This record gives sequence, structure tokens and C-alpha cells, in this order.
Amino acid sequence: MRGFFRYVGRNPALGWGLGILALLLLFSYGGRILIDPADAYALATKPDLPPMLDREALAKIGEMTTFEDKLAQLRLGLRHIFGTDTQGKSLLASMVLGTGLTLQIGAIAGAIGIGIGTVLGFVSGYYAGTVFDNIVTSLVDVVLTMPGFLVLVLIASSLADPNQMTVLTMGLVVSVTAWAFPTRAIRSQVLSMRERPFVMMAKLSAMSGHEIILKELMPNLLPYLVMSLANSVYGGVMGSLGLQGLGIGDRRQPYLGMIIWWIQYYSAFLRGMWWWILEPVTVIVLLLTALILISFGLDEIANPRTRRTV
Amino acid sequence: MRLGYVLRRLAFLLGVIWTAATLNFLLPRLAPRDPVMQKVAQLAATQGLRGEGFAEYVQSQKELYGLDRPLWAQYVSYMWGILHFDLGFSITNYPTTVNQLIAQSVWWTIGLVGTATAFAFAIGTVLGALLGWNKSPRAMNALIPPLMVFSATPSFVLALVLIYFLAFRAKLFPLSRPYSLFVIVDWSDVKFLLDVVHHAILPALSLILVSLGQWSLGMRAMMVTVEGDDYMTFAEAKGLKGSRLFLQYALRNALLPQITGLAVAIGSLVAGSTLVEVYFNYPGLGNRLGAAIASFDYYLISGIVFFLITGIALATFFVDMLYPFLDPRISYARGT
Repeated sequence: MRGFFRYVGRNPALGWGLGILALLLLFSYGGRILIDPADAYALATKPDLPPMLDREALAKIGEMTTFEDKLAQLRLGLRHIFGTDTQGKSLLASMVLGTGLTLQIGAIAGAIGIGIGTVLGFVSGYYAGTVFDNIVTSLVDVVLTMPGFLVLVLIASSLADPNQMTVLTMGLVVSVTAWAFPTRAIRSQVLSMRERPFVMMAKLSAMSGHEIILKELMPNLLPYLVMSLANSVYGGVMGSLGLQGLGIGDRRQPYLGMIIWWIQYYSAFLRGMWWWILEPVTVIVLLLTALILISFGLDEIANPRTRRTV
Repeated sequence: MRLGYVLRRLAFLLGVIWTAATLNFLLPRLAPRDPVMQKVAQLAATQGLRGEGFAEYVQSQKELYGLDRPLWAQYVSYMWGILHFDLGFSITNYPTTVNQLIAQSVWWTIGLVGTATAFAFAIGTVLGALLGWNKSPRAMNALIPPLMVFSATPSFVLALVLIYFLAFRAKLFPLSRPYSLFVIVDWSDVKFLLDVVHHAILPALSLILVSLGQWSLGMRAMMVTVEGDDYMTFAEAKGLKGSRLFLQYALRNALLPQITGLAVAIGSLVAGSTLVEVYFNYPGLGNRLGAAIASFDYYLISGIVFFLITGIALATFFVDMLYPFLDPRISYARGT
């Protein structure tokens, strides 16, 4: 543990990234104690309220006897602390739940992207020049040339009912384009590593292809895989924000992208509702910056020899 | 070898367009949704379509869009249509064709994305060169964190903040629309043109700020590499002036790899502008796409997406073709 902190001291990007992400996770998963999940849905409370602390409700905490009642009273006191939107949703509750939901979409897309990317990348990199490799490489080239976001729009709008999308469906949709970049990146890493002496050694000791991939190559590329995971989660979050920003997805759920879509739908900026705009934007910027910083920081572990750009 | 490379690149371009067209054809037909039925249901709900003749009406609509024929026949005629740049009719705006709707909006998107790309490239490159130059003041490094934060943020999210502070609060720019209300559209009138520019600044700014990071951080890294080269040391030893070293020795050589970035940047800028146009109510393709999604006008959605994918693939192709002419260090022979 002490070694970890010492390392993070030398790698500030990773430290900041992990720090911000930890704060957001605390906000989302720890914050659930302080909110009533029903407050994140329409007509939960009064609309268009600016941020305020309900002192009356908080003052009553002392009168309550049981712990549950005290907690419920505390929730009442805090529900308007970030203000409410035009549908009467508490922004605190929306953002607490939304951060988690959006991260879950990112995690699903990231896991699928890296899963497929790892398998395809390792196999086609190790067996470079074969038919399989040629197919994978051309497929990746084609997919990467197409703007991923537009393909996502096409897929999402041909689903049975885009407005019923669950976290899982959204994650699956976003992951459709998430595998291509990791595949290419991992393949090129494997390609360079395949010629190293330790792989030759393994071949000479009659290790089979999949054994070499699993026991020799994969452990060496682990930091690189984790970095690609951070990138894919970032891509998944971006994709989901973009789709939801166009109003594609379950509009009743408090996804971060949906909060943004409702801002535009109700023209919050025309009515000077600064809290409704600035708060979710801050959460989104923090989340995305954290993921980018983690990826930068891991890049230093994965490629210690490359010159750092930042 | 040169011709071989061009041909291979061309085949790849066709492959991308074919994939996009096939996706466009297959996805809606695999989907458990029926655009025609949806339109009919909408008509029934809003305009009181009567019960009798309902089946005939649906049938005539299906014939109109060619949805009653077998799948392979639809595919052949679809591809034949694509070859003639025929993307069919818009369902909600029948009998307006998708092509007409694209033609109405495409110039706004090209104008917005083109201007944003040019400004972001120019500002980002100069900024990156200054950041990487070893004689620049150290204080400039303070710019790097904000640049990173901007480049991590989606442009439409940034757009909301810009609208709130610069348009609503400071009243420096209009909130939305391509030009003022009640103004006569006359492209030869300077006053009208200035009005259009004034309206385009905020949407363009939200695209520029987001892509500035990519250009400047990439340029900074290239400058650092170039500064380590021997010819730089030699030029410095000759006693050349700092400005000459910076502009003609370092910047000039670091600039070329930036141009490959253009191909990638165009794609992400178009995707970004799709959302930015919706948020600024700017009448480009993105706004059309947003409206088509809202009304589930599937042919319009897939037509616009196909048009954009083809456009981006073509732009990438031309940048790729241009690059070896600009940078003699890159040869065609190396291939894709």
C-alpha cells in the first residue's frame, strides 16, 4: 500500500485520475444513503427550485426518535441542496444515481470492448499474416474509418423501442464499436513482442501457441490492457452521453446524458437555471477527465520508454 | 507501386461505403420495428384515420417504399439506388426526398465543421508549437490542464456552458438559430453575412475548444522530438535568430505529421457537430438527424448517416492521398 502511494506521487496523472474517480464513486454509491431514489424521477418534489438547504426539515431531526426517521428527515433536508429541474426531480438524487448508471454503461462497454479486443488482438497479432489476421485487420480498418457515433445512432434507432433501453442494452449498443480500437492497439503490441527472445525461448521449449499467448505475452501486456480498458470505458461513457444527448434511450431514468437532454428540452439556459446546467456538467467533466488521466497515468507504466506528452 | 497503393486505398474506400450501405439496408429490416406502421399509427392518432381501407393504405405505403418485395430484390434495388445517389423518400416529409433534405442542410454543416477545423488546426498548432518550444515561458504550461479537460469533454456539454455564460449572461452572442429572426436571407448582403458569422461563433467555439487539445498536445510532442534533432543543434550553433529557428526549422518540420491528424479529426468533428447543431438549433445535417430521430423517420436517419459516413470516408481518402505529396519522408510504397 505504501509502495502504491509512493508510486502515485511520481505519477500525478494516475493519482489525480484515481482520486477523482474514487470521489465520484463515493458520491454515487455512498451518496445513496443520503437520498431517496424516488426523488430522481418526475413529479417527486417542487419544480424549478434553486439549490437550498431545508433548515426546517433539518431542525426536526432532533425530534425524531428512531434512526430510520432521523435519516428520512435528513434526506428531506438535503433533497433540494442541488436544486430541482422543471419536472420536479431532485438534482442531487438524479446525479447520485446517474453517475452510477453512466459508469455502469461505460463498464459494460469497456469490458466487452477489451474482452473482444484482447482475444482478436492476441490471436491475430500472434498469427500475423494468416487469413484470420487479414480478415480481422481489414474489419478493424473498415470499422475505424466509419465514425463510430453515427453507427451507434443507426443501431440504437433501429432497436424495438429505444426509449425502453436498459443499462445493459445501452452498454451492449455502445460496445458495438468499442472493440475495434483495442484490437488494433493490442495486435500491434503483440506484433512487436512476438519477436522478443523470451518468446523464441518459449517456442524452442515446445510451448503451444495458446500457451505462449496466455502465459508469456499476456502477463507482459497487462498494464497495457488495463490502460486500454480505461480508454474503452471512456469511449463507452462518451458514446452513451452522445446518444442520450440526442434523446435516444430511456428518458425517465436519470442517466447523466439524459439530464443534459432535458436541460435542452426545457431550455434551462433561457430561464437562467444555472444549477441545472452547471452541476451535471461538472460531474460529467470530472468523470471524463478522471478516466483520461487514469489512461495517461497507466500509459507511463505500459510504455515507460515513450516520451510523455503531458 | 504508387498506382498500386492508390488502387488499394480506393478499394478500401469502396469497401467502407459498401459496408455502410449494407448496414443501412439490413439494420432497419432486422429490427422489430415497422416504420410504415409507425407512421400510419401516428396518422391515425393525430388525424383520425378511419378503419375501412386501412389495410389497403398500409399496402400502398409499403409498395411506395418497396417494402412488399422479397429481401434480395429490395437489396438489389437499394444498392442500385445508392449507385445513383438515390436515398429514397423521407417518411414524415413525403414527397420530399432524403436528397432534397440533405441538400438543404449540408452547407450549414460543411460551413460549421470546415471553419471549426481550420481554426482549431491553426490555433492548436501554433499553441502546441509554443508549448513545446524550449524558450517559451514556463508559465505557458499552465495551459495544459485546461486543454486536457476541454478535450475530454463532449462538445455539446461544453456548448451548454458557453450558451449559459456567453449568450444568456453576457449577451455577447445569440442563443441559437443560424441568423436573426425577421431578417431577409440574401447571401450577397454583407450585413446578412456578418449576422450569419455572429450566429456561428458559439457553435464553432464549442467544437474548436474540444479539438484544440488534440492539435496542441500532438504538436507539442512533435516539437520536443524535432528540437532534439541534430540539424537544430547545428542551426543554433550557426547563430541563427530564435524566430527563424522556431518558424523555419522547428515548426515547419513538426507540422507535417499534424496533417495526418486531419483525417481522424474530421470524423470526430462531424459527430460532435451533430449534437452541437441540435443544441444550437443550427439547421445543418445534425439538426435534421435529431428531428428525424424524434419522429422516427428511418429513411431520413439512415440516409443522413450514410451520407455522413461516405463524406467522411472520402475526406479521409483525400487527406491520405495528399499526405505523401506534402511529406517526402512518407512513401506510397509503405502502404496503408
